[in-house]
This record gives sequence, C-alpha cells and structure tokens, in this order.
Amino acid sequence: MAAEGGLTTSGYIIHHLTNLTYGHLPEGFTRYNGEVVGEGGTWTIAHGTEASTMGFWAINLDTMLFSVGLGLFFIWLFKKAADKAVAGVPGALQNFVESIVEFVDENVKSSFHARNQFVAPLALTIFVWVFLMNLMDLIPVDWVPYLAQQMGVPYLKIVPSTDVNATMGMSLSVFALILYYSISVKGIGEFVGELTLQPLGKWLIPFNFFLEFVNLLAKPVSLGLRLFGNMYAGEMIFILIALLPFWAQWVLSVPWAIFHILIITLQAFIFMVLTIVYLSMAHESH
Amino acid sequence: MNINATIIGQAIAFFFFAWFCMKYVWPPVTTALRERQKKIAEGLDAAERASRDLELAKEKATQALREGKEQAAGIIDQANKRASQIVDEAKEQAITEGERLKVAAQAEIDQEVNRAKEALRSQVAALAIAGAEKILSKSVDSKAQAELVDKLAAEL
Repeated sequence: MAAEGGLTTSGYIIHHLTNLTYGHLPEGFTRYNGEVVGEGGTWTIAHGTEASTMGFWAINLDTMLFSVGLGLFFIWLFKKAADKAVAGVPGALQNFVESIVEFVDENVKSSFHARNQFVAPLALTIFVWVFLMNLMDLIPVDWVPYLAQQMGVPYLKIVPSTDVNATMGMSLSVFALILYYSISVKGIGEFVGELTLQPLGKWLIPFNFFLEFVNLLAKPVSLGLRLFGNMYAGEMIFILIALLPFWAQWVLSVPWAIFHILIITLQAFIFMVLTIVYLSMAHESH
Repeated sequence: MNINATIIGQAIAFFFFAWFCMKYVWPPVTTALRERQKKIAEGLDAAERASRDLELAKEKATQALREGKEQAAGIIDQANKRASQIVDEAKEQAITEGERLKVAAQAEIDQEVNRAKEALRSQVAALAIAGAEKILSKSVDSKAQAELVDKLAAEL
C-alpha cells in the first residue's frame, strides 16, 4: 500500500494520522496546491498542515462522525435491551447488556460511596463508548481510508480515541463534573479550603495551593492523554506494520491486534475507573 | 494534532450520551436485575423450604414405619403367646379328657369283669351243683346243698 498514489513512507504515515478537518482559512493563505485564499478567507477541508492554520474554530469531521456514530450505536443497542428488559429469563442481548451493566455497577459500588444517580450511567457510557472507539483500531488501517479516498474524501481517521480532541473532550467533561460536584457537594468554602489548607496547614497557603492545583489539573490531563497516547501509539504500530510487504504483515499485525484487544479494553476500563475515583474524591471531604 | 472545536463537540456528545444512558438505559436494566435477584432469592428460599418439608416428611415416614413394625411385632408376639396358650389349653384338655376316658373305660372294664365274675360264679355254682348231683345221684337235699354251694361260690 505504501507505494500507491506515489506516497512516500512518511507521507503515508502522516496521511494516516491526519484528521479530516473542516475550518476557516484566512485571506492570503497559500494552500497546499498553490492557490491563494481570496478575500474574507474560506471555509474548507484542510489538506496537509493547513489544519494548524485554522486555529481553534475548526472541527475534525471524522472524529465527530465516528465518535457520535459509535455513541449512537451504544445508546441504540442498550436502549433496545433496556426496553425489553424483563426480570424473567433474559435473552442473548439482554444478557450481554446486563453483564456489562453489572460489571460497571460493581466497580462503581466498590469505589464510589456517595449517593449520585449520574455516576453509574456515566461510567457505563465511558466504558462502552471508549471501548467502541478503541475497537475501531482493529479495523485494518487501510480499508476505510482507502475507500474514503476512492470516494473523494482526502483524509479519514476512523479511531476517534487517537484524536487528542476526543480524549481531552471527554476528560475535560469529567473535569467539569469534578469541579461541579466538588463545589455543589462540599460547598465552595470547603473546596477552596482543600485546595489551600493542606497538606501543610494555613501558614503555607501559596505552596499548598500550587501543589493541590497541579494535582487537580493533572487529573484531566493524565486521563485524556493516557487514552490518547495508548491508542495513538497502537495505531502508529499498525501503520508501521502496514508498511511491510502485504504477505508479511500478518506475522506482526495478528499478534499486535490480539494484544491490542487487551489494550483497548484495559484503556476503556482505566478511563472508567479513574472517572469513578475522581468523582468519588469530589464527593468526599478529606 | 491540533486542538480545535472538536473538543467541544466531543464534550457535548459525551454529556448527551451519559444523560441518555442515565435516563433511558440504566433504570430499566438495573430494575430488571434487581427484580430477577429477588425472584431467584425467593426461588431459593422456596427450594430450601421444600427440602426442609421433604426432610420432615421423610422423618415422619420412617417414624410411621418404625411404629408399624413395632405394632406388627407386638401383634405377632401376642399371636404367638395366644397360640402357645391355645396349644397348652388343648394339651391340658386332651390330658383331662384322656384321663376321664381312661377312668370311664376302667370303670366299664371293672363292671364287665364283675359281671363276668357274677356270671361265672353262678355258672360254677350250677356246675358244682350239677356235679354234686351227679356224684351223689339221689338223696341229697338239693336245697341245703345249694346253700352250701352258694356260700362256696361266694368265697371264690
């Protein structure tokens, strides 16, 4: 595949790691094909490194499409099972859904002790959604982008969790929930107190604050970047394996894919458990 | 690797899915799970009760069997006792009856003997008289001699 379309090896890798970004290019910008953007700029799909010029107000269409699509698939499937849920003998789908729900419920119950109706469904959503997004990694790296290219879509990254925007979007949402529950459960006074009065008492408030603030910020950053890093690295290895001659790829790609099944599940699980733990900390006074 | 508005889109989608899950997915599934748990617990309870009942019934049955056996043994004992009693009684009766028969037979025999003796005596007397008559031919007062002979006969 590497040689197809006259792509170089690094070009191939970069192509596979570039999102389909839609955004605004400013006036006077020289595009990838030498065109100069006319007056008032233009809204278009980025090619090459144009995405970095588009700034914050651009959107990765592929990430949104696949993450929302997978999310809809998740709620559709689980809603279907929930609608038909009976206390009697469960069917295959209900069994499957119930086992996941129970698994998540047990995890929530073991580490989250406050009363909150939102945490368990949130954990379920994270676990299944992240798992599904990670699962896209197991689709051979060339299939979907190649098909898309044939249909005129220049870039397509089908694993949303290899996009730092997706993982940080989720971890920042979790961060927002941490802040919301910290303040609404403990009150603003106690929350600020926790940030400033420990671990070294009231005489070292700036030092305490620095320590606790870094601690607080490290939560969403590590949460988001851990998932992103793992999935990005995994995807990168798949791409590197895809550079081998086609008859030799399976020697590496099959073991890596099998190992990756573990990683994608584990990362989904870690994201869920850390969310539960962080929210639990947000509910409890220290 | 550009941070852009996707982050916001993702956050919105995230909250939507989590909210949807909380509203429409989580409650029915957990309700079904809880209900099934209750049902299973009830079923297990019922099974335990039933097995306890079975145990009780078994105990009752063995007790009834034991009682029956005891009763039967009692009845057999009684019957045996009664049987030996009857046999004993029969034996006793037979013995007394035998005794009685023996006595009666003895009496009859004695009677017969006496009667025979009597007959014999009279016949002997007659014979003696006849003999004496023949010996003495005439002249003998048969009356006085008859008395004598009778006396003789009585001494026999």
